Amino acid sequence: MRLELHKIHITGLDFADETYTSGGTLFINKNEAEALIAEDRRFAKVELDLACPGESKRIIPVKDVIEPRVKIEKKSYFPGFFAPMEKTGSGKTLVLDGAAVVTCGPIVAFQEGFIDMSGPGAQYTPFSQTRNIVLYVEPVENLEKHLYEAALREAGLKLAVYFAKCCADKEWKADEIQVFEKGDTFEETQKYPDLPKVIYVCMNITQGLLHDTYLYANDLRPALPTLLHPNEVLDGAMVSGNCVSACDKNTTWHHLHNPIVQSLYARHGKDINFLGMIPTQESTVLDGKLRAAAMNLSIAQQLGADGAIISEEGYGNPDTDLCLNAKFFENAGIKTVLVSDESAGTDGASQSLADATPELDAFISTGNVNEMIEVPAMDKVIGCKEAISLLSGGAEESLRSDGSMFVELQSVIASTAEIGFNKLGCEWI
Amino acid sequence: MTYRIVHYINQFYAGIGGEEKADHRPELREGFVGPGMQIEKLFNGEGKVVGTVICGDGYYGEHTEEARAACLEMIKSLKPDILFAGPAFNAGRYGFACGDIAASAGEELNIPTVTAMYPENPGVELYSKKTYIAITSDSARGMSKAVPAMVKIGGKLLKGEKMGPARLEGYIHRGIRKSFFHEKSGADRAVEMLLAKLRKEDFRTEYEMPVFNKIPPAAPVKDLKTATIALISSGGIVPKGNPDHIRVSSAESFGSYDISEIKNMTPDNYESIHGGYDREWANQDPDVVLPLDIMRELEAEGVFAKIHPIFYTTTGTGTAVANAERFGQEIGEELKKAGVDAAILTST
Repeated sequence: MRLELHKIHITGLDFADETYTSGGTLFINKNEAEALIAEDRRFAKVELDLACPGESKRIIPVKDVIEPRVKIEKKSYFPGFFAPMEKTGSGKTLVLDGAAVVTCGPIVAFQEGFIDMSGPGAQYTPFSQTRNIVLYVEPVENLEKHLYEAALREAGLKLAVYFAKCCADKEWKADEIQVFEKGDTFEETQKYPDLPKVIYVCMNITQGLLHDTYLYANDLRPALPTLLHPNEVLDGAMVSGNCVSACDKNTTWHHLHNPIVQSLYARHGKDINFLGMIPTQESTVLDGKLRAAAMNLSIAQQLGADGAIISEEGYGNPDTDLCLNAKFFENAGIKTVLVSDESAGTDGASQSLADATPELDAFISTGNVNEMIEVPAMDKVIGCKEAISLLSGGAEESLRSDGSMFVELQSVIASTAEIGFNKLGCEWI
Repeated sequence: MTYRIVHYINQFYAGIGGEEKADHRPELREGFVGPGMQIEKLFNGEGKVVGTVICGDGYYGEHTEEARAACLEMIKSLKPDILFAGPAFNAGRYGFACGDIAASAGEELNIPTVTAMYPENPGVELYSKKTYIAITSDSARGMSKAVPAMVKIGGKLLKGEKMGPARLEGYIHRGIRKSFFHEKSGADRAVEMLLAKLRKEDFRTEYEMPVFNKIPPAAPVKDLKTATIALISSGGIVPKGNPDHIRVSSAESFGSYDISEIKNMTPDNYESIHGGYDREWANQDPDVVLPLDIMRELEAEGVFAKIHPIFYTTTGTGTAVANAERFGQEIGEELKKAGVDAAILTST
């Protein structure tokens, strides 16, 4: 399977009379884009704003982040959402690399986060480095929260596809073409009979109650673990529907960029034989946890895996899923490395996980979600700054009268992403 | 400026004698004695050992209160910027004395303190959270490395420089987790660790598994009909307006509220402030998290004697295990005092 990502490097954003790219700038027809989103009658207000690296801007509360992309020939993306239901992972995809759609609005009573485009908070999130088109919406009165989540999730995807499609319709030239190519597991195993076979188990929050992830537009919660070719992951098969603590939910942007998939891919045919990715569940009930761990192992065994990387999403309850996966795989003789963040308390002195198992002997830390950080006031707040009092990691006293905030790291979007995107990690002091 | 350094050593390193002089009482000498010479040398003119406090290991161990008080008085009189103690290597009593005086001086005089020990020295377990303990080898043969290790840490503390991870700075960690930026992403580190594991090479896990306290469950209730039952929840149900400001996540407190007059929880009197789940339905009917309505029915039917008039609540999301343990102990204590027979705990 061969996937070509045709990337236009976006280094600037501006509003204009039409939507297109030129000289690295993404020009956006604001009225047209807003009208497109306002077609959804569930929104009372729709407004686009821009935020670029280094600016004194805070975006809060942020739900999801999506990279603008479109299949070059079909002019659609995200099967089941803004593309017909079909397999992803092959052909040519246009990527507005460096641009991102950020969905934002008064979604409180869900769990969202914030992005600072400059200052000390900026270093914790990859989205202080992207050129962000912020979609701010307000729902119609009394819109049921779950319908609101669906509306905003879809609006973000729609806008991202729209931007890329507009650019694809006009004149454009890729700055870079990235190719991902790999055969099926049997071909690759014949090619590399001596390399250790490695599988990636990507755990997803699937707890219902607005804690959901979508695979080919299908809610993963009532689904079962399955197997994906890595190209499918990197080409829009997975979408975030999560309203959970901001620091460690995998945004749609993260799924598209899945760093563990990319890192394993880079070693494929050299150090390892990369078998693919198992998107799996984090159930709220013990039988669900046991079932997912057993089936993850079954898939890995059918493929003859020697090793596995397993990443968690969220903290607390899913620590049990993490431990079960480690235990089942290690006891079956498959070597594992687990990637997770830590909840070590604001003073860092508490034990970090809500569960533990001796088989989990290779742990990659992506930081302490409870660590306190201080962020100064920004010149401009996109969204509503008071939302911090209701976000995980925030409290009533977090926002000070001068606009600065004293908050837990977990209120910053993707600050401890367990998919391994960041460089942050805990150490003993 | 020149930092004022005070150094604590035992009778052996002061050249007074070995075991036969272990009962040597606290003594203050001007300037450096023994290993202090190297400390001052390593400060390269930036620091001066203004005095050395000497105490026999036996005396410190057997008359700890007196020894500590006397040594602290001597240290205080020298107005130090920092206290170094040892190195103690694997000497148990010396390690205890170094750890104790360093921890006490840090607390009483509010100055940085540094000692040095072999990781298996019993002083480590007692004092590693209260002072910096540089890692040494098990005997004085490691002196040439131990003193620079202490001085390096001391220098950083004096200058307020950023302290890195314990394993890189060379001290025994104090049981605290802190986030740092690595050179590589988590994904790249994970792949490298897996390759090492597959190749049976050494690798270093970034977090060693904690060992949980296993709490044995209480014995079953003998006679439900006479039992008082308490309700406890980590589902964030609080009186409307959250009067005690319990945090929506990473709670550091719990609330206790009188429900003796309440038959049913409604959106008018109670709400959920939990930051880890969708509160939509809990806010429409808080009984779905704290089942007071059904408990009142069972109480009226006489299934059990009564519901304890106070219920306990907190938010269980991102809550540090250390806090959760404390909540449990405190709530348990109150329930015990009140003669409660059993409790129903609801989570979310």
